[in-house]
Amino acid sequence: MSILIDKNTRVVTQGITGKTGQFHTQTSRAYANGKACYVAGVNPKKAGENFEGIPIYGSVADAKKHQGVNTSVIYVPPPFAAAAIWEAVEADLDLVICITEGIPVRDMIEVRDRMRKQKRRTLLVGPNCPGVITPGEIKIGIMPGHIHKKGRVGVVSRSGTLTYEAVGQLTELGIGQSTAVGIGGDPVNGLKHVDVMKMFNDDPDTDAVIMIGEIGGSDEEDAARWVKAHMKKPVVGFIAGITAPPGKRMGHAGAIISGGKGTAQEKLAVMEQCGIKVTRNPAEMGKTLKKVLK
Amino acid sequence: MKIHEYQGKDILRRFGVPTPRGIPAFGVEEAADAAKNLGGNVWVVKAQIHAGGRGKGGGVKVAKSLDEVRSLASQILGMQLKTHQTGPEGQKVRRLLIEEGAEIRKELYVGMVVDRGTQKVVLMASSEGGMDIEEVAAKTPEKIHKVAIDPEIGLTDAQAADVAKKIGIPESASGDAVDLFKRLYKAFWDTDASLAEINPLILTGDDKVVALDAKLNFDDNALFRHPEIVAMRDLDEEDPLEVEASKFDLNYISLDGQIGCMVNGAGLAMATMDTIKLFGGSPANFLDVGGGATAEKVTAAFKIMLSNPKVKAILVNIFGGIMKCDTIATGVVSAAREVKLSVPLVVRMKGTNEDLGKKILRDSGLPIISADNMADAAQKVVAALKKTKKKPAKKKVAAPKKKARKAVAVKKKKVVAAKKKKVVAKKKKPVKKKSKFKGAKRGKKK
Repeated sequence: MSILIDKNTRVVTQGITGKTGQFHTQTSRAYANGKACYVAGVNPKKAGENFEGIPIYGSVADAKKHQGVNTSVIYVPPPFAAAAIWEAVEADLDLVICITEGIPVRDMIEVRDRMRKQKRRTLLVGPNCPGVITPGEIKIGIMPGHIHKKGRVGVVSRSGTLTYEAVGQLTELGIGQSTAVGIGGDPVNGLKHVDVMKMFNDDPDTDAVIMIGEIGGSDEEDAARWVKAHMKKPVVGFIAGITAPPGKRMGHAGAIISGGKGTAQEKLAVMEQCGIKVTRNPAEMGKTLKKVLK
Repeated sequence: MKIHEYQGKDILRRFGVPTPRGIPAFGVEEAADAAKNLGGNVWVVKAQIHAGGRGKGGGVKVAKSLDEVRSLASQILGMQLKTHQTGPEGQKVRRLLIEEGAEIRKELYVGMVVDRGTQKVVLMASSEGGMDIEEVAAKTPEKIHKVAIDPEIGLTDAQAADVAKKIGIPESASGDAVDLFKRLYKAFWDTDASLAEINPLILTGDDKVVALDAKLNFDDNALFRHPEIVAMRDLDEEDPLEVEASKFDLNYISLDGQIGCMVNGAGLAMATMDTIKLFGGSPANFLDVGGGATAEKVTAAFKIMLSNPKVKAILVNIFGGIMKCDTIATGVVSAAREVKLSVPLVVRMKGTNEDLGKKILRDSGLPIISADNMADAAQKVVAALKKTKKKPAKKKVAAPKKKARKAVAVKKKKVVAAKKKKVVAKKKKPVKKKSKFKGAKRGKKK
């Protein structure tokens, strides 16, 4: 097993006719069971056409009706991405993974508000994230598939390349991953560390978790407190941005220390208090995890 | 994106938020004309820079005659205004706001931000206006009142009235305050602001509420739908290197250290900076080249990094995913050649086409130091930096002990001369201070 996605997931790509959408659909389809998983694309102007044999529909609802899709991945440009998320939510899919970077915060506030008010069951990962991968089964997103290895460690992170770094270290040590989830670097997003942590806790095929965070907000602290109260599995953590100056946005819209809140030191301290094994050396995320595995 | 106070007030006025009348001025006579046009006999001359804390730094003064407006304007224009937000070098004042005087009965605070927890805009207000609000939040959090705003409904009358009451606005002014809060929220929402701060919001003698200050920041991701706000951008207020980087779609932030870093991905870039620090170095910048960097982009990134005179060594850390290591290697090599790189360069590459990338670096004949992992890379760059530091230090065996570090940064002769002077001056100071740390450092070097 795994969390969120597996070899039976049926994916529709929103933005399949754009350059980015096409490139990543190709590489994702070439990974593991991808050929069977990527079954539809959406573009209202190109309904009836296809992309390398993947049928294109006018809407997510149509794609669901004809192909039984349950998950969507979004590469739609920022001005239209929030509407694309809502379309997938309205089609009542299980999961929406939004890769798009640069969506206005106001648009995300509106979509999230509507999802809550209408009590929608659809889960959202991202935006501004690398995606989700269950190694050996399916890859949804922009991460390099070949650095992963099937196994029993869960990875959850706000950052893309830093996730690859952790995964790369694990694979080099011979430790495989159950699922790696990039929740994204935006201030208003879908699943948070704590949500993914709960799923890993419930997943019989995950033995331990690496949680990677960065400055800004308090998601990591929330997850750490939940870990202390409920988690049955060992958790290892790292926070990027010890050297980041306050008030400066460090690349990600969400990575900013404001009002003295959201510093790396503060997060690391709470995580340690909650029994998470933290490392301050990002080159040792893999080694630190190896130590907690029995 | 940040804008000036006078621009912020223009926006607020458009949304009907009461502000004092004011006119921006770029010169001394313009300032006097502005005061004349405003009329009255009391004016406030306010330095316009993006940083906060202008009053404390001497950038806000009251004038009681046109001559005083002139003299204050000439005093403030061109000054290096130092506040807790500008850093020690300060920010040059190039613009003024001349405003009519206001009668202040009470100073309050009102602000708005996006709250990540509730995923809503939150209104924050306090009776403690005119002060550093972060200090108020830290010392007396009970004096800050917050309310989350429903994005569908907006700020309600009941919410606004409740906040007004809590921060001590009298009944007689409550209606005006409710109106102001609602208009401020509309301005925030409609302009895609990321931060709005009115500090102080004042209560006047005749029970009016007025926004005496206006600080607005905007969501960079939403600027595409606000060309009128983009037009307010003042490049003089931004770090020139950061401006240059933004032209190439690079994410660059200047820092104080000596090791330039170039990394793909924001999280990995921060982690790389942290690793440098962990091994005793200090990063000169944050630089995320992004996911799809080309050789040209890498060259631009190199040039920007090196135009910071503090940079004495460079660390490149790439985790190739979509971006292939050989592409980066080609870019690094051509950039190093083009800029005639003279500082040590450590490269760590991992991921897609790693071996090919490493081969390109090796075959280039350039003195590039290769590293296996992040820790190794950080250690190597710190060691390389120490080596370059040793050279000038050795030359000056007889030279004074003070300021050995600065010697690297400035031209040699000048430094020697300057140092001699300094030592003469410093010798009078007690011996204790000297031996405290500099002595220890030198011992290590030997």
